[in-house]
Amino acid sequence: MSEFFANNGGLFFALLGAAFATFFAGIGSAIGVGKAGIAAAGVLSEDPSKFGKVLIFQLLPATQGIYGLLVAFLIMSNVGIIGEPVEITVLQGLLYFAAALPIAFSGLFSAIHQGNCSVAAIGTVAKKEDQMGKALILPAMVETYAILALLISILAIFGIAAM
Amino acid sequence: MAMLQMQRINIYALLKHCKGILETLQRRGVVEIENLDIRDSVFFKEDTGAMQAQYTRSANVARSALEVLDEYDKEKKGLLSSFKGRTPISRQEYDRLVDSTQDILKTAYDIVAYKKNIEQNEAEIIKYESQLEAVKPWLSLDVPMNFSGTFSTKAFIGKFAGKKTSGDILKSIAAVNPDIERVEVDVIFSDENQTCVFILCSNIEEEPLSDALRKTGFEYPAYQSPNIPAQRQKEIIRHINNRKGRILENVNNIKALVSYRSKLKFLEDYYVMKAERYKAYDELSMSNNTFVMTGYIPANESQKLKTYLEEHFDAEVELEASDTKDTPIKLKNNKFSEPVESVLATYSYPDRKEADPTAIMAIFYYIFFGMMFSDAGYGLVMALACGFMLLKFKNMEAGLKKSVKMFFWCGVSTTIWGLLFGSFFGDAVSVISNTFFGVTPPNIPGLVVPIWFNPVNDPMRMLMFSFALGIIHLFTGLAICAYNNIKNKDYLAVLYDVISWYLLVGGAILALLSLEMMGNIAGFTLPPVFLKIGGIMAGVGAVIVLFFSGRESKNPIKRLLKGMYGLYGATGYLSDILSYSRLLALGLATGVIAQVFNQIGSMMGSSVFGIIIFCLIFFIGHLLNIGINALGAYVHTNRLQFVEFFGKFYKGGGREFKPFKINTKHYTVKEEI
Repeated sequence: MSEFFANNGGLFFALLGAAFATFFAGIGSAIGVGKAGIAAAGVLSEDPSKFGKVLIFQLLPATQGIYGLLVAFLIMSNVGIIGEPVEITVLQGLLYFAAALPIAFSGLFSAIHQGNCSVAAIGTVAKKEDQMGKALILPAMVETYAILALLISILAIFGIAAM
Repeated sequence: MAMLQMQRINIYALLKHCKGILETLQRRGVVEIENLDIRDSVFFKEDTGAMQAQYTRSANVARSALEVLDEYDKEKKGLLSSFKGRTPISRQEYDRLVDSTQDILKTAYDIVAYKKNIEQNEAEIIKYESQLEAVKPWLSLDVPMNFSGTFSTKAFIGKFAGKKTSGDILKSIAAVNPDIERVEVDVIFSDENQTCVFILCSNIEEEPLSDALRKTGFEYPAYQSPNIPAQRQKEIIRHINNRKGRILENVNNIKALVSYRSKLKFLEDYYVMKAERYKAYDELSMSNNTFVMTGYIPANESQKLKTYLEEHFDAEVELEASDTKDTPIKLKNNKFSEPVESVLATYSYPDRKEADPTAIMAIFYYIFFGMMFSDAGYGLVMALACGFMLLKFKNMEAGLKKSVKMFFWCGVSTTIWGLLFGSFFGDAVSVISNTFFGVTPPNIPGLVVPIWFNPVNDPMRMLMFSFALGIIHLFTGLAICAYNNIKNKDYLAVLYDVISWYLLVGGAILALLSLEMMGNIAGFTLPPVFLKIGGIMAGVGAVIVLFFSGRESKNPIKRLLKGMYGLYGATGYLSDILSYSRLLALGLATGVIAQVFNQIGSMMGSSVFGIIIFCLIFFIGHLLNIGINALGAYVHTNRLQFVEFFGKFYKGGGREFKPFKINTKHYTVKEEI
């Protein structure tokens, strides 16, 4: 058993990391985009001409899911699940797993809160259409933390691959 | 970096020229009229509410007529028609159309009346159709519905709920009153819901039968008519056809007027313009024979207008320089930076006392957008799309045109950065060449190998470059702060608020870069002497901040506390600089996602099927990536400008110059000035 684990554990943990990144960041984006979508549909029932504007707000929390996908893809191609097979030690696998955590959890929570913020911003645009620029900045503030997490996840993955 | 000099303009003229002067001002659109509230024994305000309402109503009639035309003859609009903008017409054509406004307005009323007639007839058809529905069950009855019997018989025409046979009905009558004998029941029609019957009895038994029927659930029908049902049906159908004929006639009438569409559009514009002009009367003050108005005008337009008004309308025009807080702001920038004005406007217009940062902001805006989007293919798509629209739709509205131009320059910048980083639809060239041709592509600089370096392979270098750009951006912001202080003759503030931070932040950076620890990250170290220099600089800067950032407070303790809080602002600089790491992160995101799509697309190999799949995934995937990352780049470039850059110097709060002008929907009038 322990031999089996020593041979295959690395790959398992790396894939677990990739799964975490897509899974949690994806959940966050789904919740955020869903909430913003409900608010956007409400605005459309009053004024269908605002479709282009509210769609942008609905898309804002979608990025975390994409960041998660990005990190998952980097891990999978580094450990050979996609492309050329590579030998992975248990330590490397665990490191990849750890590298996926920042975007997994920052993505989860920042997307939910960015979704809430987008809902409020959609309300702003519904009432004051010309305040689009300002309304766009507020949800974008939340995204900063997803970007920082993405940065650390990516730097860590590149770092592990170079080890 | 420029704001147009504004002048206050006062116009005095005879009342008979008022209409002409307002028309001129509206067509030129260079004066912002300010409400002049003089009310005394000489001056008063004219109430033009009734006129405004009348013109607005006429404009609404034209609009409804257009809607009706659109309903029966859909105007063909291209996919990109929203970029088209208003059609320009010449002054002669304008005058010609103005002459025929009465005729067009009559046509507009006609169209609306035709539509009303159609609606009435449609409502009647619905009424007749429901009658048709009601008469249907009785069609096989060959006496009129109000037939009540002959000399010696009595007839009951009505219905029971549910499906019943004549036997059922006779049984239930017998159950209520067994004495009734001579009854004849004919079922005319029956289905699940109702049974329509014709019941005949002898005269003598009318009352007991009537009682018995009521008890067994017999109802008289809602539909009554002196005609035989089949005949009635024919009549109703004739009515319906008649109404349909009238509708067709009206529809044809409307369709015959389709050629009026452009004239109706003009009519709507014309009355909207007129209503707005009468609204402007509210801002003027008039006496019995003269009127006065006041407003703002950009200095470069004022002389031309003054001469024109004085020559044509015998008016007296007074101009004086205006630099008060209430003076509206009009920005003036060159072609390259002008598009970014709209971004500035979404934050706030600059105050009279500060510089317009558009020109400097534009440079950083394009650079940052390009770095975040960072793909030559995507940049080309964007620049070409925007360029195409600019060439195709010459009459695009000014605001939209600015945005399209801005994205054109952003696209150009993205292409340049993409070539520097060696990204063309991700690694599309290598993937296509390897998968479908089985050869490694030659090292084409920009498309296959980066001209400078590839951030995916060397992210730390890119991170350092991002921070360096960030520091330049922040320091530029501080420099504008210094410029504003010098402009307002507050020279000490330059030392206390700008130079101090240059010393503190700049010194700290120098010192950090000469440390071994940072050397590992940055890839280089400065000689140790810089540690000392940087330390001294930062120390001097910190002392200045500590003692002078709270200089408004007289109380020394309070001042020192405020100074300490000011020093705490150093953490703000740290987070500001770190914030520029998004340049790297978003750039990587674009590049890596593009590679992901290329890789997924190439998984099916080089068969015909594989090529089709590749094309599909390539097209959809990259379109998706362009959409999401262009949005990201736009939003985060704005954020870097608004939060990090503007935070250093920009106050805003200015009022936008909103001239009295033609606010039409369909046409603009070309003016020969």
